[in-house]
Amino acid sequence: MSMLAVPTEQRSEKSRVICEGDVVVVYERHDRMKAVTVAKNGELQNRFGVFPHNEWMGKEFGCQVKGRNGAGFVYLLAPTPELWTLALPHRTQILYIADISFVVSFLELRPGSVVLESGTGSGSLTHSLARAVAPTGHVHTFDFHEQRANAAREDFARNGVSGVVTVKVRDIQGEGFPEELAGCVDGVFLDLPQPWLAIPSVVRSLRPDGLVCSFSPCIEQVQRTCEVLSKHQFADIRTFEVLLRSYEVRHENLSTSFECSEQTFSKEATKSPPHKRQRGEVDEKGGPESEGHAEDPNGGSKTAAGSIVKQSRPVIARPYPETKGHTGYLTFARQATCM
Amino acid sequence: MRSSNCITLGRCKTLRRIMGSEKEAEKVETKNLPNNGTMITPGCAVLLDINNGDKMTFAHLNKNASVKIGNTKCWLDALVGHPFGSVFEVQSGAKGGSFVRVSPSGADLRDGLGEKDDGEEAPGDEVKGKDNRSLIDNNTAQTLSAEDISKMRTEGVSGRAIMEALVANSATFHTKTAFSQEKYLRKKQKKYAPRVVVRRPSARSVCEAYFAKDPNKTGHLRMDMLSLILSLANVGGYAEVLVLDMLGGLLTASVAERLGGYGFVCSTYHTSKPQTIDMVRLFNFDASTSSRVVRAPASQLIAARTAASKFSTDSALQETDGEDCIPIILNEAKAVSTSPIVDLEDTPRLESEHTAKRRAQSRSDDFEPGKSIKPGRLASEEDMKRWGREGFTSLIVGAPFLDPWTVVKKLLPLLASSAPFVIYHPYLQPLAECMNKLQSERIAVALQLQEPWLREYQVLPSRTHPNMQMSSTGGWALSGIYISKT
Ligand SMILES: C[S@@+](CC[C@H](N)C(=O)[O-])C[C@H]1O[C@@H](n2cnc3c(N)ncnc32)[C@H](O)[C@@H]1O
Repeated sequence: MSMLAVPTEQRSEKSRVICEGDVVVVYERHDRMKAVTVAKNGELQNRFGVFPHNEWMGKEFGCQVKGRNGAGFVYLLAPTPELWTLALPHRTQILYIADISFVVSFLELRPGSVVLESGTGSGSLTHSLARAVAPTGHVHTFDFHEQRANAAREDFARNGVSGVVTVKVRDIQGEGFPEELAGCVDGVFLDLPQPWLAIPSVVRSLRPDGLVCSFSPCIEQVQRTCEVLSKHQFADIRTFEVLLRSYEVRHENLSTSFECSEQTFSKEATKSPPHKRQRGEVDEKGGPESEGHAEDPNGGSKTAAGSIVKQSRPVIARPYPETKGHTGYLTFARQATCM
Repeated sequence: MRSSNCITLGRCKTLRRIMGSEKEAEKVETKNLPNNGTMITPGCAVLLDINNGDKMTFAHLNKNASVKIGNTKCWLDALVGHPFGSVFEVQSGAKGGSFVRVSPSGADLRDGLGEKDDGEEAPGDEVKGKDNRSLIDNNTAQTLSAEDISKMRTEGVSGRAIMEALVANSATFHTKTAFSQEKYLRKKQKKYAPRVVVRRPSARSVCEAYFAKDPNKTGHLRMDMLSLILSLANVGGYAEVLVLDMLGGLLTASVAERLGGYGFVCSTYHTSKPQTIDMVRLFNFDASTSSRVVRAPASQLIAARTAASKFSTDSALQETDGEDCIPIILNEAKAVSTSPIVDLEDTPRLESEHTAKRRAQSRSDDFEPGKSIKPGRLASEEDMKRWGREGFTSLIVGAPFLDPWTVVKKLLPLLASSAPFVIYHPYLQPLAECMNKLQSERIAVALQLQEPWLREYQVLPSRTHPNMQMSSTGGWALSGIYISKT
């Protein structure tokens, strides 16, 4: 099963089950997953036990498998660009879903689009670009670091996106994008230290009304890029910052007992609520359940009267206390359509 | 973006730069451009961005279509034949306004001056002895009277000429800083020579326009949220996406745009009369893309799924070895055909596949407002069977007035195992409850409840800062991966 969907006609019963050579995302927990290529007699070992690949073959994607002689289980998920971004080996800083999704929409990519990217880096964004332009478009991605380019090329092949992605080694700031593509590119994405150096080549590459996006962590980079973009008559130059805030959801017991007279003073009411497991805390025994849903949602605490208060603890949500505060600025611009 | 050295230019040059001079219309070579929706054609839908977002409106370019800008009725015929992204200036004449294409330079009014209430002087305006200290803002600075101007307008004097006259008759214009001069000119330009950018309707532009001007129609769905949804739901060519779209069709259309003619988006409904997805009509989809938008009542999808899963477990027993999938398919076919066939009379607003295709093909020639096309043919029996058997590849729910868990409970089993789903809601609490239920039912992993945050910046030399106003909520998205319990 490739990361890219296949037409109905080509889908067989087989394509929905795990086969040798498939990439599966082994899911332990929302922040712990690993991409594994299924191999005959292969084995995966983790804290939940030993998992022979042979036992996975023929099972449906999304299935739960138990570790041999182990204490837990994992889920075997079908790979998607989103899961890949969470599981991939970091060879560079990478883009995450908030920026990635915004870039793909704002570049207005769709099947058939031709898009240029530099640098390739760890290929986190590239997989999403590939999905957006497949099956008829193409992503040409460039990095001047040969090892990275090669490693990315291997990832693309392994994940089944190489049909729509070409990786080349090239210094984009120095040489610009290749001339062959001039004038017929729909979108360009730059994640380079000095993106403004590449702009003249972006102008040559883009079709009229085509879009460029540049990602830069520092405002000084944005400043220079915008200056150069406007010098080259780009329209709709807009800079954004986009972030995501994640919420934890659980039951919380908020006491409604607030008797102020001493006689009815209740111990229960003043006791601090029991410690709840939070995301990120290691649970030695659990499998993926330690994500928080191991907790009995209805398991209320015993009241003084001894009866279990079912459904009495309301569901609450609050943001996780720490989050990414900044990734980079996204600057978009549209190639002028001239008269 | 204007650089701060423009103060050294004469007033005429400043004016010309804002209006866009001929010289600046430096041509970018247009290689033989295929018309893959990049040209404005008769009958197509356009998004008119008037005076840099002051007003945004959609129009179908039928014969004699017009739009009202200020008090002037402007005929839209002149837009046809130009590429999307073109900039036009409205020139008023005796018979109403007409669109004249102008050079795009200077068209981006957003820079600096687009920021309302940004009255401060720019630190970049470092010209000695020139600031606004001596500016007296009374009406005596302008010697042209309101009557003079309205007379010029009825005589059909161009907006540009009126602006030149205003500058020539202003006692204070030349004492202003470049920043104030530009601000003044832009204000006048909006009034006397409005600029219109003709944008191509797309998920991005349609979502942005509704969010800015009529957010109730799209459940306050912000474009960064829409982007997030499309990614989380793994939408791409050949996907088969189930959507519950109660946002006017924005979700359905955005998915269809990403499918590009490959795969399907099935826009389902639970009411006897399907909710509208008319926004699909704004997207200028070609025939192949339109044919990928289908509709199906949730009850029938559920029936097909139940029937298929019953048969596959039955056959799995017989199947022990020497598996042969042909009998399974035959069984399923029978199973589904026993479920009630869609009654076209019950759903008069839907079209058969045949007419939808035919109309989509002829659409660019005879698109008329009276004969509005209802997007989305009814799902074929074959589609239903396939979805019953294989499940959808993802689910998107945008139903601001429904309880998420109630919906998800019914729709999640329509997914293939390991398929992602996303539920958008403008309120947090219902999603929190839904997430809690999903956790305890153990039918999903990788659950995330997220809220996007989006901030736009003004970037100008020495004047870079976030916009003063921003949207304070983009709603919430609950996403996860469905795990079938079998
Ligand atoms: C931060 S990484 C890109 C990460 C990528 N966007 C992702 O999501 O995985 C930047 C990459 O740009 C490459 N790079 C830097 N300067 C370059 C240049 N002049 N030409 C081509 N690539 C360059 C680096 O080698 C590095 O791999």
